[in-house]
Amino acid sequence: MSQAKVPVWVNVGLIPFINIVLAFLVSGLVFVAIGQNPIEAAGYLVYGAFGYDEGVGYTLYYATNFIFTGLAVSIAFKAGLFNIGGEGQAYIGGLGVGLVCLSLDHSMPFIVIMPLAIIAAALFGAAWAYVPAYLQAKRGSHIVITTIMFNFIASSLMVYLMVNWLKEKSGMAPNSRTFEENAWMPYLHNMLSPLGIDIGDSPLNGAFILALICCVLVWALIWHTRWGYQLRTLGTNPTAAKYAGIDTAKVTIWVMLISGGLAGFVGINEIMGVNHSLLLNFTAGYGFAGIAVSLMGRNHPIGIVLAAVLFGALYQGGAELAFEIPTITPEVVVVIQGLVILFSGALEHMFKGRIEGFFIRRAAAQEK
Amino acid sequence: MFDTLIIMLDATLRVSTPLILAALAGLYAERSGIVDIGLEGKILGSAFAAAAGAAVFGSAWIGLACGVLASIVLALIHGFACITHRGDHIVSGVAINTIVAGLTVTLGLDWFGMGGQTPTLSGDQRFTEITLPFADALRDVPVIGQIYSNLLSGHNIIVYLAFLMVPATYWIIYKTRFGLRLRAVGENPHAVDTAGISVAWIRYRALIVCGILCGIAGAYLSTAHNAGFLKDMSAGKGYMALAALIFGKWRPVPVLFACLLFGFLDAVAVRLQGVVIPGMGEVPVQLIEVLPYVLTVLLLAGFIGKAVAPKAVGRPYVKERA
Repeated sequence: MSQAKVPVWVNVGLIPFINIVLAFLVSGLVFVAIGQNPIEAAGYLVYGAFGYDEGVGYTLYYATNFIFTGLAVSIAFKAGLFNIGGEGQAYIGGLGVGLVCLSLDHSMPFIVIMPLAIIAAALFGAAWAYVPAYLQAKRGSHIVITTIMFNFIASSLMVYLMVNWLKEKSGMAPNSRTFEENAWMPYLHNMLSPLGIDIGDSPLNGAFILALICCVLVWALIWHTRWGYQLRTLGTNPTAAKYAGIDTAKVTIWVMLISGGLAGFVGINEIMGVNHSLLLNFTAGYGFAGIAVSLMGRNHPIGIVLAAVLFGALYQGGAELAFEIPTITPEVVVVIQGLVILFSGALEHMFKGRIEGFFIRRAAAQEK
Repeated sequence: MFDTLIIMLDATLRVSTPLILAALAGLYAERSGIVDIGLEGKILGSAFAAAAGAAVFGSAWIGLACGVLASIVLALIHGFACITHRGDHIVSGVAINTIVAGLTVTLGLDWFGMGGQTPTLSGDQRFTEITLPFADALRDVPVIGQIYSNLLSGHNIIVYLAFLMVPATYWIIYKTRFGLRLRAVGENPHAVDTAGISVAWIRYRALIVCGILCGIAGAYLSTAHNAGFLKDMSAGKGYMALAALIFGKWRPVPVLFACLLFGFLDAVAVRLQGVVIPGMGEVPVQLIEVLPYVLTVLLLAGFIGKAVAPKAVGRPYVKERA
């Protein structure tokens, strides 16, 4: 096949790189359009994200959320499913974490609360993905639409629960009471300071370690288990998967459960790690950003970590940028995020044919 | 009681208008085989462009033109990705929604310096209410007078336009050559191609119509329903329109009723905010607000009727080559 003549690095490296560069070039144009020097802006961005210890900490704290949601989107992608409901699953996952912390923080030590909170995050997130998964597998309802609907249902459910049941009696804001400190995920700077390592105060916490563990587990699951093979077969060719005797409905449901569980871990980082109370809208678009992360990371855990760090840097650097130049909003980062989705997702084939053609012709010329 | 009903139905019309326009926009796109979850982004983009245009040029009509133009550009980007480059429709829609969410605030802050909002619009910068003929004279006639004067009269022109678009869409989709081809392209693009008609061109035209309608919906939000642009002011209306489109099974008249139902639920939720029913406590308005989404899921699950999407929807068309 002619496909074989295209070197691997072209498809894995060059084409994605060109797409990202394009996304950033167009982002640069946006800066020019609002009368800013894109190079100068990029300078502030990079400094804000990596220039000092606290900045790095914030970058990695944001990256933690992106790793979770990026993995969630990508494992579903691998099975040919589009889970656009990461936002809702993360929201409900956070609810699970909050309920565990609120009910146990007076009676249990951290060592009991932490595993229970992690399990609750995964279970709640998975439960929220279960209904769309079941409907896709058994009744043929399109998972994209049902997961979108479930995002809105999650949002209404949380408002209802917070306002009517979980709100702190004394306060006006729909927040729960603050957890006792034994239900806080320890900050990384507190964990490292006894070892004599100073990384500066930041919200970076133990959830980051959980995120890295998840990366390894997802990698092992997808590429080194029989079950992962089934998942990839389903994603590549559902008809072949069916003929090979794979129970596609079962795989669909399991993949979505794992995807939802991964998204639910955002709750560990946000609720247990940083806010230490249950509140509204803590997911702040991380679920949607997971789509960009997964596309940019080419659905591979290593790529996802790199893309998550890049998006973490954008979020943290964007805040710094808005601080330095008041006429820029942090929202400009959302534009960059959208452009990345556009160029490395929707327009991924734009140059593919031409670049592959170039290498195929070159290979053919060398053969002569 | 009757007065309350009139007020609620009146609110229903106002809330349903952008839903109807956006759902019909989605109807053109999806009937031609293009999944469009970018309705939300197009509404938001148009709302911003319309408010900005109206603020700068002092005319709601110029604002509307700006909004429609912005929305068409977004629709064409979607087409460029999905039709020309055979990209994933959902991914492209998500990209457009994300870009617009960021870009409106970024540009808004740069242009107007008001934290991402546009200046408050007044006078000619907004679409104002139209009093239908004889509305004042008939006001005192029981029932009919109230319905005519208080419910049907006193809306801005876009509300009437939205309702007129329903029969117009019905006619275009079912009675014209373009409509026939549009439906065919959504069901079986190969057949259309074999007949010597360009699949891509039909789909592009469907998306342009989609852009125009979303543009009007966005302009309605910022220059008619409200007086200016606010960050994220589309607030999920595009997604709700998508739900209505599915709930109406991709047909114009049922889509209208789905939009009215969803709009009515919204009006009920607003009305019941904080109302205490004796013995039951405060009405959980979230329960009502969430009904459109729950109903759509139930429909998709096949529990209330069956939603059958256009057959070729979401699939890029690859022309066969010898």
